[in-house]
Amino acid sequence: MKLTDEEQRMMEGEHGKAAAMAMSILTKLGQIYGAEEMMPISQAHIDSSAYKTIGEAGLEFAEKLVDGGARVRVPTTLNPTSRDIKRWQEFRIPPNFAEKSERLEQAYLRMGAIPTWTCAPYLYGLIPHFGQQIAWAESNAITFANSVIGARTARYGDFTDICAAITGKVPKFSLHLPQNRRGEILLKLQPSSLIDFSEDSIYPLIGYIVGSTAPGRIPVIDGIPNSVTSDQLKGLSAAAASSGAVALFHILGVTPEASTYKDAFQGKEPLQVINIGEEEILKAKQSLTTIEEGKVDLAITGCPHASFPEVERLVQVLDGRRVCQEVEFWVQTNRIVYCWLEQTGLLDSLNFSGVKVITDTCILSWPLDNWNFHLVVTNSAKFAHYAPGMAGVHVIFGSLEKCVAAAVKGEVRRV
Amino acid sequence: MQSEIGSGKGIVAGVGEGFALVSSQPFSFWGDLNPETGKIIDPRSNLFGECIRGKVFVYPRGRGSSTTSAVLLEAIRCSNAPCAIINVEVEPVLAVGALVAQEIYDRTVPLLAVSEDVFRLLHTGDYLIVDSIAGKLHRRG
Repeated sequence: MKLTDEEQRMMEGEHGKAAAMAMSILTKLGQIYGAEEMMPISQAHIDSSAYKTIGEAGLEFAEKLVDGGARVRVPTTLNPTSRDIKRWQEFRIPPNFAEKSERLEQAYLRMGAIPTWTCAPYLYGLIPHFGQQIAWAESNAITFANSVIGARTARYGDFTDICAAITGKVPKFSLHLPQNRRGEILLKLQPSSLIDFSEDSIYPLIGYIVGSTAPGRIPVIDGIPNSVTSDQLKGLSAAAASSGAVALFHILGVTPEASTYKDAFQGKEPLQVINIGEEEILKAKQSLTTIEEGKVDLAITGCPHASFPEVERLVQVLDGRRVCQEVEFWVQTNRIVYCWLEQTGLLDSLNFSGVKVITDTCILSWPLDNWNFHLVVTNSAKFAHYAPGMAGVHVIFGSLEKCVAAAVKGEVRRV
Repeated sequence: MQSEIGSGKGIVAGVGEGFALVSSQPFSFWGDLNPETGKIIDPRSNLFGECIRGKVFVYPRGRGSSTTSAVLLEAIRCSNAPCAIINVEVEPVLAVGALVAQEIYDRTVPLLAVSEDVFRLLHTGDYLIVDSIAGKLHRRG
């Protein structure tokens, strides 16, 4: 690989031990994937910020970087940490775990990252623009940034994210290059009574199918109306990134690199055309639900972190009702939304209904051992996909209305 | 008796040998594996409950979370990692976990990419010798 003088000097330690290690890891990665040179990025998003997922090894790595004098060279946002920083005790997070989490938070803040603590960095704050070269981690954010915004990031993950932030460089490869962003497979949505585009919960289902249908390929979806909202595309992106390693999809007539069929496929023909209809929708619904019926322990929304309009809609659906006493109802979001909820009085409405707003974190990022959760209802396909394995709970996936009805009644049946 | 199965592209260099654990399904280290036990925890997986420690772990490609690197690194730290990984397509997030392990623990998991044709020749229980430096794959017995 050809390195510039500046990159070479960084590798040799001119900017400290940490920058040298970061450059060494990135150039090795570039060599593996055939990159000929490095390129600058102007923003980074770090997902190595949750102690539960990154583990002891990840904490050692972050602290090693700090000791080696690491400092980010581009604006750098942070994914959820492993606790609600202000109210972790209320959510029964074990103190020794919260302590480890704090150590990891401090390490990233000492490197100069911004304490956004959100998995939806594309909602508020440092939103990238079309064509901007960035280094983002967190699968749902990568997919949203590439597909919906048209910014350019490879699928960075733990470690490469912070390495890119520290060096301000990435290998010139993967989705950073326009020729690697060409649509490869055409997925045609067939009209069906099961597909109602005004219903939010259809989008995670479509995303879930997209991810599992096109492994390793860039899918182009045909049949989604351009009235689709950013929040609906958020649900679709997160689901596609959970069921398959989808880092980029196009939607004909909707996403910026697919205003025409020709643009989406860059003048070529799709390798394969696949129809998606009722059978696939039913199958996706089935794989996102693991139990027939039961008593609800937890209802959860905001995976990825809820936008302000999403919480507003929750308040409307609740319509002053209170959730059943034995049920916990949690909304996950960032501190910006929390602040707006306080100002608008919506936080009071949620409190009245018995709904808790949790910030800075994701409940899959800390141990739920102190809660005896058995059955969880959610409107997130991503949560429904990961929770059975990661939290050992049963899940029932459904619309927001269904989740609210289940939480109010205290019982749920799959449809 | 040792026979050559085929060649592949070494992604992270090293040599490992052991019994194969083969899945035809995509796999995500985050969410599908507990690195503290080495066991597969996704109930949807056909390898649910299996332990990958010391095995040659064979699956076509990654799926989902970018946290894969950290879970592989943690599995390496806890000595619960496979002795080698064979994929048709090695995703960068997996390679990074192996590269960082080299930097901070001075040990790693060799990664080898093989063609679909070679992939189809691999079965659970085969004793495999993976040489991702030479890009060679052998079977014993």
